[in-house]
Amino acid sequence: MSAPYLDGGGTYLASAPLLGFAFGWLLERADMGHPKKLARQFYLRDLTVFKVLFSALITAMLGAFWLARAGVLELGRVYVPETYLLPQLAGGAVFGVGFVLAGLCPGTACVATASGRSDGVAAVLGMLAGVLAFALVPGLHELSLVTPRGPLTLPQQLGMSTGAVVFLVSAVALAGFAAAARLERRA
Amino acid sequence: MSATSPPARPYADPYLCGVGIGLVLLAAYVLVGRGLGASGAFASVAAAGTAAVSGGAASNPALAPYLERGVASPLADWLVLEILGLLAGGFFSAWRAGRLRPASDTPALTARGRALVALAGGALMGVGARLAHGCTSGLALTGGALLATGSWIFIGSCFAAGYLAAPLLRGAWR
Repeated sequence: MSAPYLDGGGTYLASAPLLGFAFGWLLERADMGHPKKLARQFYLRDLTVFKVLFSALITAMLGAFWLARAGVLELGRVYVPETYLLPQLAGGAVFGVGFVLAGLCPGTACVATASGRSDGVAAVLGMLAGVLAFALVPGLHELSLVTPRGPLTLPQQLGMSTGAVVFLVSAVALAGFAAAARLERRA
Repeated sequence: MSATSPPARPYADPYLCGVGIGLVLLAAYVLVGRGLGASGAFASVAAAGTAAVSGGAASNPALAPYLERGVASPLADWLVLEILGLLAGGFFSAWRAGRLRPASDTPALTARGRALVALAGGALMGVGARLAHGCTSGLALTGGALLATGSWIFIGSCFAAGYLAAPLLRGAWR
């Protein structure tokens, strides 16, 4: 039987707090609950956000790619976030400005809250207000559904093999890590 | 912290933590066929909170998907349980390392001023994440590693907007 293994029910739900615990533990260990440190990414004074995000991304990407190749993981049964071109372009921009102001993203705001930062609590409350405002302002939900493309992936979009895109993303991330090291030596 | 508490332990290497988070994400794909997330849990809690005070929530198209079990829905929501675990994990790590209740590092702002800036940032992220169908965890990281096109659009526009806005928002970090 190939992965994913848990389809629903108690074991499926029990995995959530365990994986969440490990995620929160690792984010705190990396100082990712620290607003000013995260904000400094946007002033190129600290590259922790880039390092953590992209080393996590390529680890999971390479793991999923090779496990699928080995026949262990059935990628067709792993949920791929759906693409909505314009909403993700616009939503990403609004989110990015909020990220600079809060110095936190939703997950790291929870870590900041858990470590006792009052601005983490404020960011969490702001987020709840934001998702509520989104639901209550007429038209925003409809706006988020324009230009749907379904579970589209870069290999399909670019007409390339998955292996080639995985290689390209890895190469770009490694070049980014090298650039980060150079920037830090200069700083 | 009392004067007798030991000094806070240093933070770990970002690449090591990143690889660790990548392995946790991979475990999520393998075990449950989905990735990690955060903003969806906020939507779930906001929907249940609205449903508790107003009957209109169930007919709101942005909230109804989160209310399959009425106001008790968040208790059976994988993402809400994951975020509860994340809060516990973050607390445990900070507590064990003596890093609870760190000092503010925006000396030019009062605690209230900093909280208002963070509140405004949170609200923008809430709207942006709902518009984009996800945030840095569920869309950028989880979908990025699966090479979802929308995830990479979000990563690009999030950081582009952040870098464009940052020079105008220097006052928030003094």
